[in-house]
Amino acid sequence: MEKSLWARMVEHKYMYLLVFPLLVFYILFEYVPLYGLQLAFKEFNFAEGVWGSEWIGLANFQEIFLLDDFWTAFRNTVIIALGRLIFEFPVPIVVALLLNEVRTARLKKFYQVVYTFPHFLSWVIVSGILVNFLGSFGVLNQLLDILGFEKVSLLVDPESFRGLLFGSSIWKDMGWGTIIYLAAIAGINPSLYEAASIDGANRFHQMRYITWPSLKSTVVILLILQIGNTMSSGGSGFDQIFNLYNPAVYEKADILDTYVYRRTFSVGDSYGTSTAVGLFKSIINLALLVAANRAAKRLGQDGLY
Amino acid sequence: MKPKANGADYMIHILLMLMAVMTILPFYNVFITSFADPASVVKQQFYLIPTSFNLSSYRMLLDGSYVGKALLNSLIVTVFGTSVNMLVTTCGAYALSKKSMPGRSIMMAGIVFTMLFSGGLIPYYLTIKGLQLINHYGAMIFPVAVSTFFLIVMINHFRTIPPSLEESAKIDGANDLYILFRIVIPISKPTIAAITLFYAVARWNEWYNAMLFMTDTDKHPMQLFLRNMLADVTKMARDDMGAAMMSQLNQGYPDGIKMASVIITMVPIMLVYPYLQKHFSAGVTLGAIKE
Repeated sequence: MEKSLWARMVEHKYMYLLVFPLLVFYILFEYVPLYGLQLAFKEFNFAEGVWGSEWIGLANFQEIFLLDDFWTAFRNTVIIALGRLIFEFPVPIVVALLLNEVRTARLKKFYQVVYTFPHFLSWVIVSGILVNFLGSFGVLNQLLDILGFEKVSLLVDPESFRGLLFGSSIWKDMGWGTIIYLAAIAGINPSLYEAASIDGANRFHQMRYITWPSLKSTVVILLILQIGNTMSSGGSGFDQIFNLYNPAVYEKADILDTYVYRRTFSVGDSYGTSTAVGLFKSIINLALLVAANRAAKRLGQDGLY
Repeated sequence: MKPKANGADYMIHILLMLMAVMTILPFYNVFITSFADPASVVKQQFYLIPTSFNLSSYRMLLDGSYVGKALLNSLIVTVFGTSVNMLVTTCGAYALSKKSMPGRSIMMAGIVFTMLFSGGLIPYYLTIKGLQLINHYGAMIFPVAVSTFFLIVMINHFRTIPPSLEESAKIDGANDLYILFRIVIPISKPTIAAITLFYAVARWNEWYNAMLFMTDTDKHPMQLFLRNMLADVTKMARDDMGAAMMSQLNQGYPDGIKMASVIITMVPIMLVYPYLQKHFSAGVTLGAIKE
């Protein structure tokens, strides 16, 4: 006989106690800010707070859509996201395939341990390391100087700055990215390789016809995840850009997240319009995620939710 | 039967070794810069082979009262932050791993939704301000009390525990709290250790919330202290830190001091890295939200 809802709830009373702090967290730090999103349609009034501020319809959006800086940031967000897909995304796959060919277990471990370490450092630390290495008096320039080349100022040159973003991301996260692919490779049935080598397949053939096909579903899922994350601050690389950029490269490096930050804390009276930029970004992000998830399901993958 | 190494093997090794060198070299350079005689760094000579060993950068840095405070703040945030992380995540995940709990699917939907849509910077800022957390250590702890990703990893882990274990304890009259703390947590040690480490690293790396909410520089964690130093935020330059050096150079902090700070900030991560390494796979579990 089915127990009543109340009886089942009483039975789980300690479970509700356990989940309570978690729910408080999500309500306070996720749902209260969602409620604050109404500021995008209001003229923020410090004295009256979010609730008491006056509704002004879409005026904030009209205002930001007229700003050149907004469109620069929007364009940069899209271009940098595409660049990450093209330049950053394939690297861990290639590295995993290469590592898989290393037959000495200890050496393979060594490579993996070295490549993965930078992932655990903050972008604050990594920016310090990069400035020391690539700055105008850094090792790279000292070397170029000795070899008789012109010095390069990678950190302040708008032309090379996006390249620096892609390169430094690869440097930091390439090892971390390989872990998931190596796990997928480890799950491949070894008898497949044995059968293939009896049939005369060389190592390249094995990589091409056994390893790669088994990685494909992981690649598709991660690709979709990354597309869905394009606009989120994690996916767009706020931490990285914020710690590396400077006024000299804003035109090429300023993304919506960094733009909102600067507007909020350096332009006065901009809470309403900055929230509007944030909302604009969140809506595009949601649309991308939903589209990406649908694409995953159409490809016969499980999707994310 | 081991096949002999051929040309392709050597190519692969050369490539991988080159990548390893490129990963290590910048660290090596930070290291030798921090231990160099400041004068030899200032001269901008090619500095790949250390010509001096000198602790003066560290001495100058540690003489100031700021670094000690910043390290202490980071320690406080890491210890309390990780404790809060683990308590809230473990308890919540255990409850959410029970499909029989009424309301569970609504809670899960509400949690997953936050991964898809968020309020953004200003509503977030106003929320923290409204909670009176400005200049409160809690601002670096509570807003990051749960990572949805680790929560889901934990829920999935608890699902793998055979129900018979809990059922037999229930028959003996144990309640859910007793089962969680006395039976489930002890057998989940590897997963809990892994997630604790990942959380601790994230808390140690905290700078963003501190930058937003800690206007009092005495409460800055090490990462934010380092960030301000790297950006040569001169108002940070208190007269008790390398002041003589700075006025002498008249150009912000010397490289040696900056790099000594990088090293000091990095040391705790280096110390836990051997343990982190064992748990890599826990941090990359995929397809987590599937029911």
